Amino acid sequence: MSQARGLYTLWLREVKRFLRDRTRVISSFVQPILWLVIFGAGFGMHFSIPGINYQQYLFPGIIGQTLLFTSMFMGISVIWDREFGFMKEIMVAPISRFSLFLGKMLGDSSDALIQGIIVLVIGTVLGISVNPMGFLLILPIMLLITFGLVSIGLIIASFMGSLESFGAIQTFINLPIFFLSGALFPVNGPLAQGVPGWMQTASVFNPLTYGVDALRQALLGGSYVALQPLWVNITVICGFDIAMIAVGTWAFTRMK
Amino acid sequence: MSNIHIIETNKLTCSFNGLKAVDNLDVTVDSGEIFGLLGPNGAGKTTTISMLCTILKPTGGYAKVNGYDIVKEAMQVRRSIGIVFQDPSIDDRLTGRENLYMHANLFGVPSSEQKQRIDSILKLVELEDRADDLMRTYSGGMRRRLELGRGLIHYPKVLFLDEPTVGLDPQTRDHIWKYIKELKNTHDITIVLTTHYMDEAERLCDRIGIMDHGKIIALDTPSKLKETLEGDVITVKAAQIDELTALLAEKLGLMQSVIVDGALEITVRGGRAIMPRIMEVAADNKIFIDSILLREPNLEDVFLHYTGRNIRADNTRELHGFAAIQRRKIR
Repeated sequence: MSQARGLYTLWLREVKRFLRDRTRVISSFVQPILWLVIFGAGFGMHFSIPGINYQQYLFPGIIGQTLLFTSMFMGISVIWDREFGFMKEIMVAPISRFSLFLGKMLGDSSDALIQGIIVLVIGTVLGISVNPMGFLLILPIMLLITFGLVSIGLIIASFMGSLESFGAIQTFINLPIFFLSGALFPVNGPLAQGVPGWMQTASVFNPLTYGVDALRQALLGGSYVALQPLWVNITVICGFDIAMIAVGTWAFTRMK
Repeated sequence: MSNIHIIETNKLTCSFNGLKAVDNLDVTVDSGEIFGLLGPNGAGKTTTISMLCTILKPTGGYAKVNGYDIVKEAMQVRRSIGIVFQDPSIDDRLTGRENLYMHANLFGVPSSEQKQRIDSILKLVELEDRADDLMRTYSGGMRRRLELGRGLIHYPKVLFLDEPTVGLDPQTRDHIWKYIKELKNTHDITIVLTTHYMDEAERLCDRIGIMDHGKIIALDTPSKLKETLEGDVITVKAAQIDELTALLAEKLGLMQSVIVDGALEITVRGGRAIMPRIMEVAADNKIFIDSILLREPNLEDVFLHYTGRNIRADNTRELHGFAAIQRRKIR
């Protein structure tokens, strides 16, 4: 019971901090608009997917990208907390490291989810047509995607000493995951003719591949030819989440 | 005062890279007292507290806090204690009240009691009118006060204060001291504090352990500690200080003297009578005395007596590095 209360309070803290940081919330509007409008228009001139226009194809990918970048960036909160001493207050509290990790992870995931919803709304406002039923399906999918990704961010941050090195690692991890997830163009499956074999292989091991595929299934419905059945995508994402939470708990246990 | 030992350590040791930051520490703290650990930076005070707070695992020996083993029963120890760290540990993006609620939830204070406890804490540390402001707008002293209050919300048996007034202006320090005393009077609590300020230890503590190089070298009440000294202290400043030291030893038999920061400190009984004779010796030998000062012994002299150096003396450089290592580890 006291563990649950501790977990809740850690969750609440992350969400409060996020919502108070107006610049972060506002900046989350701008990037997806740039991708969808400018990149979408330019790339769409030369690239076509049978049955759907490119912007429609890109839209779930940009949601995936937003979830990825936000989630990974959240790891920074661990370094922040250590730098400003707040981590010590949490570390001496009588709650388990599992609760500590879970509370932080769920809080950061909620923040990433809020960002994802903002992008979803922006896309709809921009007139990108989506499957109306998809709105119900997409929220749990987005949340499941963020669990694993936030965990990676937190795990990396728990091993890092400073903010500077965190930035560098982000570059090495974020962009490859993004480019090889099929968010911008098919990296795998029947549409990926001519994509180098190693890239296809890498995308199979990329958790976001399954996330983006699931988001497309939800938002585009029957007009999209999926890589995997939805249940396979969800199963892979859940498996990844569980593995990352386990590693994260271990990483937080050894954290001083 | 009861004789129950709320804290008990047995050969408690912690070493970093072969260096013993805390070296076979045996100490007991009685229930209800204010116990001070006094020593220069790097003496091992923070390391000791970190172990007692279960943040740092000892490399040898054991300790019990409120009857619980600090390693095997860490969770129970955590529930029994409150801590105010040396460095700030608040979330400055939240309000004061939010920080307190978060602490109450983390430490399992029943929801039904939270509001009432938090209101009374805010009253105690006089932050009621600022409670709903973001903490980034607080001054250093206000943050410290909130942290002090926060450490009490879950009604701990022992409150640890690590250098509670370091970096604060004199007025704020005075304020904080007032709160600490008030805490002891209004709550059934034992307070363990570390400090390298003599006046702080003297004003607050029932008993003081003087710590140096990871060991407690003297432990008693402030007045008993002072009694161990021979008597008054005469401080003489002069250009030819070494010469004067030798002369005073030869002519007046003043053997109990140390040179600290270029000034001669002589410990002696009946200082008032000795002073004119020191002037005489100096004048006879054409040594010009810049200043001469007589004072009753204070804890600083006690420290000097036990360690042979001034607590503020600049021989703490290597120890500074040591403290830095340990602080990084704790973070």
